[in-house]
Amino acid sequence: MIAWFTVVLIAVACIAGLLCTVLGLAGRRPSDLSVGTQALILVLLVVQVVISIIAPFVGNPPSGDLLEFWVYLVSAVLIPPAAVIWALIERSRWSTVIMGVAAFAIAIMVWRMNVIWTIQVA
Amino acid sequence: MPETAPTPPAPSAASSSPRRMTGVGRVLVVVYAIMALGATGRSFVQIVREFDDAPVAYSLSALSALVYILATLALIFSASERWYRVAWAAIVFELVGVLVVGTLSLTHPELFNHPTVWSGYGIGYVLIPLVLPFLGLWWLIAHRRGRTTGGAA
Repeated sequence: MIAWFTVVLIAVACIAGLLCTVLGLAGRRPSDLSVGTQALILVLLVVQVVISIIAPFVGNPPSGDLLEFWVYLVSAVLIPPAAVIWALIERSRWSTVIMGVAAFAIAIMVWRMNVIWTIQVA
Repeated sequence: MPETAPTPPAPSAASSSPRRMTGVGRVLVVVYAIMALGATGRSFVQIVREFDDAPVAYSLSALSALVYILATLALIFSASERWYRVAWAAIVFELVGVLVVGTLSLTHPELFNHPTVWSGYGIGYVLIPLVLPFLGLWWLIAHRRGRTTGGAA
């Protein structure tokens, strides 16, 4: 993982989480804005996948368990599409809140992934 | 024979059109589903990798994953009385689990030299495993009336 990119990813996920939760509790249904945050998170996660594949080959290997790292990353990648599908099927304020919850969950997962990559000893 | 009192609604099978959950209930289901996903992934990795290192800890990880999956499903179908009771059982088990495992991980750390979902009362997951069963129980208590008797046949 790349430190500054990890920070960006976690920050975007937290901001998206906060934004969607507030929008949802304020009664807003899923919109271009809230669904757009999920799309942005997904793009950043895909970039993270690419980084994670290349990094060990350019001198940035994980210190921790690679399998655990990838289980987290694959799980994280699955979440934005699932959240958006839910939001499109069920266009209520709670779907917006759920997209916020999904974004916070991704932030926590990326944090865990960072710990695995940089601190944990395999 | 004249129509008298309206007949009670026919019990719906648990699989067909359960009563819709309120919005907060859906958020709860999503959080449970995410915990189920995370716990399953983590216990899968731990068991594949290092089961012999800490079999007690990793068996508990697998057990917690199963409990979260069961709680998620039971909450989704909780309009049916049977699934409602399963949800109660799963969430009470979850609460006991996080309290017991959390305490043991502090008093007998040698059993838990590898962290699990419930170690340290779920500190590795920002204490969500500790708070979640209370939210689950609150939701079950707040929605205990008006259940269908699905699955009774």
